Amino acid sequence: MDQNDINRLRGKTAVVGLAESGCGLASGWSAMEIMASAVHDALDDAGIKLKEVDGVFAATAFHSMAAMSLSEYLGVKPKFADGSQIGGSSFLSHILTAAMALDAGLINVAVVAYGSNQKSAGGFKTISEAMPYEAQYQPRMPVTAYALSAKRYMNEFGATREDLANVAVSARDWALLNPRAYTHQDGPLTVNDVLSARPIVDPLGKLDCCLVTDGGAAVVMTRSDRAKDTKNTPIYLLGAAMEHHHRMISEMPDLVKTSAIESGKRAFSMSGYKPNDMSTIQLYDAFTINTLLFLEDLGFCKKGEAKELVKNNNIGPAGNLKVNTNGGGLSCVHPGMYGLFVTLEALRQLRNASGDDVGQRLNGGWIDNAKLSVAHGNGGVLSSQVTNIWGVSDTL
Amino acid sequence: MAENLSGTVGPEQQFKNFLSEGKFMIQRCKSLNKFFFHPRVAFPGSGERDLEWVEASGNGEVYSSSCNRRLPEKGGDFNLSLITLEEGPRMMARVEGIDPDKVEIGQKVKARISSLNGEPAVIFDIV
Repeated sequence: MDQNDINRLRGKTAVVGLAESGCGLASGWSAMEIMASAVHDALDDAGIKLKEVDGVFAATAFHSMAAMSLSEYLGVKPKFADGSQIGGSSFLSHILTAAMALDAGLINVAVVAYGSNQKSAGGFKTISEAMPYEAQYQPRMPVTAYALSAKRYMNEFGATREDLANVAVSARDWALLNPRAYTHQDGPLTVNDVLSARPIVDPLGKLDCCLVTDGGAAVVMTRSDRAKDTKNTPIYLLGAAMEHHHRMISEMPDLVKTSAIESGKRAFSMSGYKPNDMSTIQLYDAFTINTLLFLEDLGFCKKGEAKELVKNNNIGPAGNLKVNTNGGGLSCVHPGMYGLFVTLEALRQLRNASGDDVGQRLNGGWIDNAKLSVAHGNGGVLSSQVTNIWGVSDTL
Repeated sequence: MAENLSGTVGPEQQFKNFLSEGKFMIQRCKSLNKFFFHPRVAFPGSGERDLEWVEASGNGEVYSSSCNRRLPEKGGDFNLSLITLEEGPRMMARVEGIDPDKVEIGQKVKARISSLNGEPAVIFDIV
């Protein structure tokens, strides 16, 4: 099968509903309750009844068989389900699988969902097994892995902690415009704030690391022929691709190059658009180093040049690149696996620009005339990389 | 053939057994004449199964390094590095005998077998 056969999925499916639930703190709510609430809200948003759902896609750090548990909880008997667990990017791969299942006619309505109460339940939650050949050294995963990448990046390209800090500063500036962001009321960050934050695993300090929050999210997908008849502006899946090269950080072939190079190349090729065509850029920023790596690996600049690209708040609200416009995992929300929130922001920006009411932002928080968004998910320790390209109808 | 595995142990246990005997062994594919780590049942990527164990030289170079902050009462800060072995493969390990935040990329290191939490472990010292 060549790329043309794969590209037949381009524009064949769309998201017609979305929701988040319990973001921030949701004490007294289980991960399942948060996830199911997001599904019902997303279906309400779409104007589609629960009984029409015949495809269920989910992964969490609380359920070993999340798609099955969610289906049961919802009272849905799916004709196709997928609970593939490749870390925080799982949901972007679920979207690809859902598009395949919808296009193949196996299902008619898919929900992709996530839920977590990690913050109220005591902190970062994982069901990952211990890594052989690494666990005995007691790395503080996942932070140690990202710190190892950051150190190597700084060494190879002459980057500094200030360069990393610029990413956190811009993310916070976006969050200040987004009332949904966890740090919306916290005020701006300075580079000095980031540098002087408590060290966690050098070279990464606390403000180089994502938030730890509760939260759930869901999207509803249908084939495009039905999508155009729903009440919202459909957002079409124009490109999607994934790749991964390692599970353990000690097996990553090159600490400064992720397989987003491959997933991005194929996703953009499928979409027919280039990185610079994107109105908004939503990247999985679990740590400040991620944003630098993904800007490079997805083709927004050459390898080693992202440190220049993020200077002078160029990825902030007044900058040239609209990156992580919700505030990102660093300053908006990060309930353990962030992939569906990257997706939600990519979609919300396009729906808002099309006239849908998807919430309020302060001036500059919504991107005028946004037509194309890239959502990029990362999972594990810079391991699984999944890229989705979304567009409004006139980009089809 | 691996249909019946009874009475044998896999590469992971063999590696640990060697460590218990004081030997840091890595695998080499004979037909490719290439070393690899971590231990596996076949050469990663192409699947050759003509493997042998070879004692590692123990010589390596720091590929990247991190200082993991930990409260003094829990043992204090410690180093965690990725080491590229002279034979080619890379592994996670700690570099000791130096402040955990002073380990730098490119430094030459030498392996020794020590123990962590009662289990034998490969640890590196700055040469």
